[in-house]
Amino acid sequence: MNVELTSEEEALRSTTARFLDDRMPIAAVRDLRDDPAGFSMTYWSQGAELGWMSLLVPEDLGGGTVSDNAVADLALIAHEFGTHAAPGPLVPCNVVVSALAGAGDAHAEALEALMSGASTAAWCYSEPPPNDALGHIDLEIRVDGDDVVITGTKRPVENGAAADLLLVTGRTGAGLSQVLLAASTPGVTVKPLSSADLSRRYATVHFDDVRVPVTAAVGGVGEAAAEVERQLQLAIVVSNAEAVGALQQAFDMTASWVNDRYSFGRPLSTYQEIKHRLADLFTWLQASHAINDVAITAVGSGSPDAAELTSAAKAYISEYGGELVQDCVQLHGGIGVTFEHDLHLFVRRVTVNRACYGTFAEHRRRVGQITEMRKDRA
Amino acid sequence: MSTEVEDVESFRQRAGAWIRENLPEQDSSINMSMIRKGMSDEAELAAVQRERAVQRMLFDAGFAGICFPKEYGGQGLTPAHQKVFNEEITGHEFPARLQAPSISPCAAVLLDFGTEEQKQRHIPAILKGEEIWMQFLSEPSSGSDVAAALTTAVRDGDDWVLNGSKVWTTGAWWSDWGLCLARTNWDVPKHRGLTVFMLPIKQDGVDVRRIEMLNGSMDFCQEYLSDVRVPDSDRIGEIDGGWTVGTRWMFHERILFSSPLVTVPSGTTHSGVGAGSLVEVAHSLGRLDDPDTLDLIGEGRVLELVKFAIQGRVGAGIASGKMNDQSAAIGRLFTGLTGARLFTLAFDIAGSTGAAWAESDGPAQHCGDDYLMRQSGCIGGGTLEMARNVISERVLGMPRERSLDRDVPFRDVPRGGTTRA
Ligand SMILES: Cc1cc2nc3c(=O)[nH]c(=O)nc-3n(C[C@H](O)[C@H](O)[C@H](O)COP(=O)(O)OP(=O)(O)OC[C@H]3O[C@@H](n4cnc5c(N)ncnc54)[C@H](O)[C@@H]3O)c2cc1C
Repeated sequence: MNVELTSEEEALRSTTARFLDDRMPIAAVRDLRDDPAGFSMTYWSQGAELGWMSLLVPEDLGGGTVSDNAVADLALIAHEFGTHAAPGPLVPCNVVVSALAGAGDAHAEALEALMSGASTAAWCYSEPPPNDALGHIDLEIRVDGDDVVITGTKRPVENGAAADLLLVTGRTGAGLSQVLLAASTPGVTVKPLSSADLSRRYATVHFDDVRVPVTAAVGGVGEAAAEVERQLQLAIVVSNAEAVGALQQAFDMTASWVNDRYSFGRPLSTYQEIKHRLADLFTWLQASHAINDVAITAVGSGSPDAAELTSAAKAYISEYGGELVQDCVQLHGGIGVTFEHDLHLFVRRVTVNRACYGTFAEHRRRVGQITEMRKDRA
Repeated sequence: MSTEVEDVESFRQRAGAWIRENLPEQDSSINMSMIRKGMSDEAELAAVQRERAVQRMLFDAGFAGICFPKEYGGQGLTPAHQKVFNEEITGHEFPARLQAPSISPCAAVLLDFGTEEQKQRHIPAILKGEEIWMQFLSEPSSGSDVAAALTTAVRDGDDWVLNGSKVWTTGAWWSDWGLCLARTNWDVPKHRGLTVFMLPIKQDGVDVRRIEMLNGSMDFCQEYLSDVRVPDSDRIGEIDGGWTVGTRWMFHERILFSSPLVTVPSGTTHSGVGAGSLVEVAHSLGRLDDPDTLDLIGEGRVLELVKFAIQGRVGAGIASGKMNDQSAAIGRLFTGLTGARLFTLAFDIAGSTGAAWAESDGPAQHCGDDYLMRQSGCIGGGTLEMARNVISERVLGMPRERSLDRDVPFRDVPRGGTTRA
């Protein structure tokens, strides 16, 4: 999150922060441990009223932003999701909303339902191992007369089991296509997965020759690659913002813990080893804020650097964020690996972010390729 | 004459046109403080002369000291103007040796604390390339604990007489002036007995000896000061007020190439090769298609992008007052670690060429020596451990280290071994 926010940005952020303080204190998040959806629809529609679902939608379609960068605005909400370990499908719903808002009138009804919080959606993008490399898409979307037929499996699909609507990304010949369909469409089977996050739910979604009219397509059939890339960037920077919020929280908890905790007659914070560790963790935290803010600006403004900066942010935050939270655990000692302590809620958030939408190694390679290509052109 | 500030875009046009007209293209990835064994002394002296001339060209064209006030030979413009100038000069020759430490921290400290007469005498001279300055801070007995300086200044009429030794200055043998921290009072705690002076390096009482670095470079120096007379008019700041000057001096040093006062190609930082150089090393060895190499290049570029981002964040935070000045240590720590990592990445891409090389190996021939020197960017300009102390104590507010030298007359503070006689 930027060091300085405008008063409008601050209002947006603090409204969500207060709502989550009130509605989703840590005890409430803990209560969701065994809840199948991981969130309630009342909670979700209240959040939608605060703007969670409408920032990426143009004003003429009922949306609106507070700054000139809608992605940055959404990232402020995501940051608060991170600091609260808040439940709810913020990322997939916004990805789907932004895809629908970009595709004209065809999906106005679905868009409205998502924006009001009456429905939720899932983005069926990644595929199961061994075909789970970043960007690898095997699921087939075949045109058959006035229909398209969908065959294949997606996993992990966030909010896959609770969603009413599914946006499926698949292959049509050499191109990519996207289709929006009701989760209840015949031939769709959803199997919940266990998850590293306490309230975030993932599923495997299987499409067994699922047939829907070609009007269900979002964007051109076989021509959606650019939109898919943009959705991926969006999902990554917003997830990163959430992860950075969780990192901030884990860091703050650790900084206050080392002041309170005594060992050999003095606070842990008086030991230089501990101080230097905190200095490193704080620097990684600041670096995570900084690179994601730069990436958010690039994605929000559609800059040509967006792909490189998004992957750089993802690679950095996944790698160093993972180390940061684990070091927070280490500095807590035994209590750090218990369920009763709250730290793990934030460790979990950072952990799922690290593994979804490509690993840090994959994103590093993407950055490497872009760097080599740039040098080639020069 | 108009007092309006030229708008940044038209300044960019004007600067860009002048640069393209006057300064030959040159690879900006050649890093400023990357110390490599290379030139003969004659070639080094010629290079220094050339840089003085280029600095003079900048001055005459109205592009030197962009953020320095006009009354001291500067342009009285803003950091935004300096930023676009840095962008425009990227890829062209520029006077690297004149920037740090001459323009910042040294001229910056003069601007902050010098008398009117001192500023008039020296800042224009520095901006014209006529005076190259060195920082006389570190001593054989103390570097991190810079306030424990033993070099002593004793008052003698209108003069001060300095004795002692300074060390680890890069390039003192071809430089003109030293900005020198010295002890003027042994009977008070260490921070309260220091004073800052300026002195010409080329004089009888200053014996400059060169030190060979582990890569064979001979640019490191040690200076022995014997009965050097400095007029009181060359004192900077108050008598025994040297730490007030020193704190600011250290701030300028910590931000170094991110300072709005210096002219350097965009993205220059204290140490380390850029990710572009990693591609060059890989390319020269035919390794661009190797997946392991791609990982290393990707890692380097990620760190480089994060480094730029964190510098931007900390810079904005300090400028807006949301972060305190000491937060510059965050950038210092990140840059130091990243610089060292980038040398390692280059070394690993080079493979066995890092162990044994020929001149015909092109850019890969430097990887071995650079790797051996890897830590220098984590030491020079204040060590990373000191940066961690600053971040934890001054930024995060954690308890200060217990020290045995606080509230004790410096004379009674225990002292240990020295690095060099
Ligand atoms: C390339 C280069 C250029 C330089 N240029 C200049 C220059 O122009 N002018 C100048 O004056 N100096 C210069 N220096 C010197 C530099 O500032 C010092 O080397 C540095 O401050 C460290 O001081 P030292 O060498 O005395 O090491 P020491 O201070 O003896 O430190 C030794 C080790 O102990 C650690 N340490 C020390 N104190 C503490 C503490 N309190 N807590 C934790 N760890 C600690 C240090 O981090 C380091 O790892 C340069 C050095 C280099 C490498």
